[in-house]
Parts: sequence; C-alpha cells; structure tokens
Amino acid sequence: MTTPPLQINSLNVSYHSKLVLWDVGVSIQPGRTTAIVGPNGAGKSTLLKAALGLIPASSGDISFYGGPLRKCRSRVAYVPQRESVDWDFPVNARDVVAMGLYRRIGWCLPVRSIHRRMADEALADVGMADFACRQISQLSGGQQQRVFLARALAQKADLYLMDEPFASVDAATEQAILAVLERIKNAGGTVVCVHHDLETVAQYFDDAVLLNMRIVAQGSVIDVMTPENLRKTYGARLALVDELETNLSSSIPARK
Amino acid sequence: MAYPTLENVLRILTLQDHNTRIVLAGACAFGVAAGLVGAFLLLRKRSLLGDTLGHATLPGVAIGFLIAYGTGIDPRSFLPLALGATLTSVAGIAALLLIRRFSTIKDDAALAIVLSVFFGFGVALLSAIQQLPGGFASGLEHLIYGSAATMSSTDTSFVLVSSLCIAVICIALFKEFSLLCFDEPYARSSGWPATALDLLLMSLVVWTTVVGIQTVGILLVVALLVIPPASARFWCDGMGAMATVSALCGGLSCLFGVFLSALFPKWPTGALIVLSAGAIFAAGLVFGPTRGILIRSIRTRREELKLRRDHMLRAVFECAENSSESVPLSQLLTKRPWSRRHVTSEIARLADRGLLTFSLSNDSVQLTTTGLSEARRLVRNHRLWELYLIQHAEIAPAHVDRDADRIEHVLSLRIVEELEDILDQRPHDRLVPRDPEKSHL
Repeated sequence: MTTPPLQINSLNVSYHSKLVLWDVGVSIQPGRTTAIVGPNGAGKSTLLKAALGLIPASSGDISFYGGPLRKCRSRVAYVPQRESVDWDFPVNARDVVAMGLYRRIGWCLPVRSIHRRMADEALADVGMADFACRQISQLSGGQQQRVFLARALAQKADLYLMDEPFASVDAATEQAILAVLERIKNAGGTVVCVHHDLETVAQYFDDAVLLNMRIVAQGSVIDVMTPENLRKTYGARLALVDELETNLSSSIPARK
Repeated sequence: MAYPTLENVLRILTLQDHNTRIVLAGACAFGVAAGLVGAFLLLRKRSLLGDTLGHATLPGVAIGFLIAYGTGIDPRSFLPLALGATLTSVAGIAALLLIRRFSTIKDDAALAIVLSVFFGFGVALLSAIQQLPGGFASGLEHLIYGSAATMSSTDTSFVLVSSLCIAVICIALFKEFSLLCFDEPYARSSGWPATALDLLLMSLVVWTTVVGIQTVGILLVVALLVIPPASARFWCDGMGAMATVSALCGGLSCLFGVFLSALFPKWPTGALIVLSAGAIFAAGLVFGPTRGILIRSIRTRREELKLRRDHMLRAVFECAENSSESVPLSQLLTKRPWSRRHVTSEIARLADRGLLTFSLSNDSVQLTTTGLSEARRLVRNHRLWELYLIQHAEIAPAHVDRDADRIEHVLSLRIVEELEDILDQRPHDRLVPRDPEKSHL
C-alpha cells in the first residue's frame, strides 16, 4: 500500500486550555478528494492548521507522505480561508498568485517574467485569466477565492489542503473549483477540503471525515454519510461533550 | 517673528551652509528609510507599535547618558544614547510579547500600557539627570522633540549608514516582507520562517526609530513611519509602487522640513518635518489619483450624469415608440417623478451632445440618429434583463422594472449576448428592440 499523503495519529489541540481536538486520527487516501465535515466549532479548520504546524498541538503525530512536513513542503499547498486576509492590500491578482512561487524563486530574488507567466497560467486554470492585473480589492468574493486557489495551484503540489473553499461563493466559482478538484485528481493529486455544506458532500467528494472535536467516522462518502453518523456529529453535541469530559477525567492523571 | 531675507533664502536653497548640507543629507536618508519600513509596518497593521517603540526609547536614551557620564565618555555623543534607546525599545517589545502571552489583554491596551510606563520611566530618569552638574539635561530634552539642526557630521554618518542598511534590507527582502504582511499563515505553511521575518521587521522598526530620534525626536518619530506609507496609498496601487512612493514622501517631508527650519531657525526641525508630511498626506487625501476625495467624487458625479442621461433617453424612446417620433415635454414629465427644471436641463445637456433635438415651436423633443441607436440599446438591455428576471430569477413582475433599472447601465456586451441566448429572442421581438448593429443588416 502507498503511504498516505497525510496521516494524523492521536492529535490533541487546545486553545487557552480548552480542548478543541481530542485524539484525532485521520488517514487521507492518495488520489482522492476528502471533505472534512462537522458543525461550527468542531475544529475543522483547527485540524488543517494543526496539521500544517500553524498552531501548536499538545500531542500527536503528523506525517506527510511518511515524513515530517519540512521534508516535503513543496508537495503540500494550503488554501486559507478567504476571510483570513485583508483584501484591501495593494497587490493585483497576479501578484497574489505569484506568492505561490516564492519558495521556488528563493530568498531575496525578485519575481521575474517567467514566474508571472506561470502565475497567469494558474489564473487561467481557475477561469481568472482576464483578471490578472485587477487589484484584489476590486474582485468579488468568489473571484478572491479563485485567486487563492490559483496561488496554491501555482505551487504544483501533490496535496492540497483547502479551508472552506466553497464558503459563500457564486455559482461560477463553485464550478471552477469543482473543475480544479477534478483536474488535480486526474493528475494523481490529493485534496482535503474543510466543507460546511452537508448536501453537497456526497456530490463533490470521494471521502469524508466527520469531525466534532473527535473523529466520528471516516471513509468513502457512501459509508460515512449515514443518518446515524450525522446525528452523532451534529445532533448529539451535548452527549459528545459529556463523553469527552468523562474520558478526559479518566485519562489524565490528577494534578497534585 | 523675523521673516528670512531673500538673500537668506537663496543661501539656504543653494545649500551654501555646510551645516544645512549635513542636516539635509541625514534627514532625507532617514525619511527614505522610514518610508520603506513604514510601508511594511502599515500593511502589517502595526503602526501603533512604531509609536510605542518611539516612546520606549526615552528611558534608554537617559540610561545611555548616565552610563556615558559615569564612565567618562562625552555624554553628548549620540552613540551611547542610541545603544540605550535600542536596548529599551527591545525591552518594550519583550514586555508586549509577555503581556500578550500571559494575559488576555487586547493589543491596543497592551501597547498603551507599555508606551506610558516606559515613557514615564524615561521622564523620571530625565529629572534625575537634571540634578547632575554640567547642565546636560537641556541637550537631552532636545531629543524628545528632535533637533536635526544640531546634528554633527559623526551623527550624520551614523544616520546615513543606518538608513542605507535599512533600505537595502527592505529592498532585498521585499517579496518576503510583502508575503508576511499579506498572509502570514500561508507564508508559514509554505515554509518561510515567518517568526524570524517578523522579528527582523520589528528590529528594522527599532533601528529606524533610534535613527530618527535625533532628526524628528522621540515623540514624533512614529509620524515618519506611518504618514508616508498612508499618503502613498492615495497615489498608487501595487506594493512596489507603494513602497517607492512612501520612501519618496518620507524623503520629501524631511527635505521640506529641513529647508523650513533653516528659514525659521526658532522652529524645531522635527515638528516642521512632521507638518510637511502632514501636508503631503492632506494633498494625497484630496488630489490622489487612486483614492483621493476629488477623483472619487468626480467618478460618482460622472456615473450619476450617465444614469440621468440613460433614463432620459429611455423615457424619450418609450414615449416615441408607439406614436410619432416627436415627444412633447408634458408627456416626458409623466414618465418619472421629474421636475420640469430637471427635464429641461437634462434635455439641454443631451441636445448639446447631439443625442436629441429640441423644438421650441411645439415644446417637444426628437431623438437624433445617434440618440435613437443609443436609446434602443438601453431599452433593449433593460427589457432583456426584465425578461430574464421574470422568466429565470422568479421575481415578481411588479418588482422587475426597478431592479432592471439598476442593472441595465452596467450590462456588458458579453452579458447581453448571454441573455439573448438564454431568452431565445424570437417570441419577444415586439417587446425587445432589435440590436441597433444588427438591424442595419
């Protein structure tokens, strides 16, 4: 069996001494698209950020292609939430996409015309070729999302971690993102998306991970997206928290 | 107040004084460096940090002075003061990080706390220095408000070398700093040492602040970190352009400030530099070609006029559509809640453009050929959009006219073609005027 692009074992993450992820184990299958699904505050984005080392984990193992992230940075591309940046920044769409090439360009060297061409290609891949010179503040929300996607595509990675790419985008952007997911998959790449819309999970993705602070279920969408599992993820939050607290008090030795 | 004589003005402008030359070189170099660093500081949304760091240098300056005094170095030389200033502003950053780490106090409050406590400490030390024999205290007080005029050539070389280093680092790491400012998590995820870059940027801010103490003074040094980049945003888009314009604004502010203070020697240089920067900012705010007030109001006005023109053309076309081509003014008045004055002034404007003709004899208007084809295009867009809304967007017909009214002005050719495809024109031939281009065929 091939090594999974992303393997997470017993990951614990806490914010200000409040547990957000508890004993999370995820195995992402290569060449497939996976949705991370769960209610608000379930720790979906946190899972991606912790995997990428953007927020510290209390404990757990994370491996990308069988090794630590720093061994294969260029194979992993991250698409943050659109709201995470200030779009009133003085750059145009092409400049943002070129940021995906900065590692390749290296320290202190400027962006050259060959890189601008690569950025334009990535923009064309998301149907934004006409907007290369447009200031990002003048783009619609969906177009901004596509610029973010293009920046990741410019990296030519094998694994794409996307945080809510479908959140509040227009129909054209939704189609463009879906086409990109398809293309990545056809090229043998792997996609992990935090996704909020339960209705489209089965339609858009191959696999799903149901998450509510801990893993409820994971596997192919047909196996995972059952009423029973969804009720466990969404409907019975109180019960989950109770269970979590019992588990916590039994597994952590009391302090003196 | 004594006004400078013409002879004086000429002497200063032609840089005949050695002192003016030195001060000018130092101040301008600092202005350029501060403008560059400030561009990143502003985009990183850390402008207030610059202010805090500026204030946090005061105790350092005092400590540097005391150590120099105690060890017998000339306490008026700038180097020990600069070292002390660096030390305490770094301590200021450390204090900020500690507060952020170990409390839930928000950043703005933390900045205010560090700023006031450090400055208070500095003021206390200054009053201690005042009691020392030798009367050095007044020299130190100069540093609070800046005294570029007293810059020696040693001081100037320090400022020049520092500014050059700061500028070179900013330019070399331009791409890295930009990425850090725009999207830190992404920078981190793609393997850039974001924390190290951030620390480096903060160190540059500290360095700039220390360099600026002598030119503009502890209290005002933040002005040159914030005002030039803020002004630059009125003049250009794009990160590279912004940094360049920001550096230029910083340099110009210092240039004007130094000239002014040479003309009016009683006025503190620092204050004049900051006032110049403020004037440049105000000019940008009003006249800036990308975000200035003037250009924005011109744009709004132009759009408003176009909207009024479109509505009038449509009204004339719709009145003429079912009858003779000449439309009486009274009929136009019933089309929309327009005043007679509005209608006549609008008609005069359209007549000037050759879109319609007005006949005094029967008080009526008639579209010219150009006006007709333009009106036909507008009505066409309007009705296509109306049909689209009714048939495909499921909007009640009563609301459609108003919605279409807003959008018809911005429909691009491509969208109009798409609408035609969607609506499969034929059944509505009567309702939607034919494309003026195609109707000639």
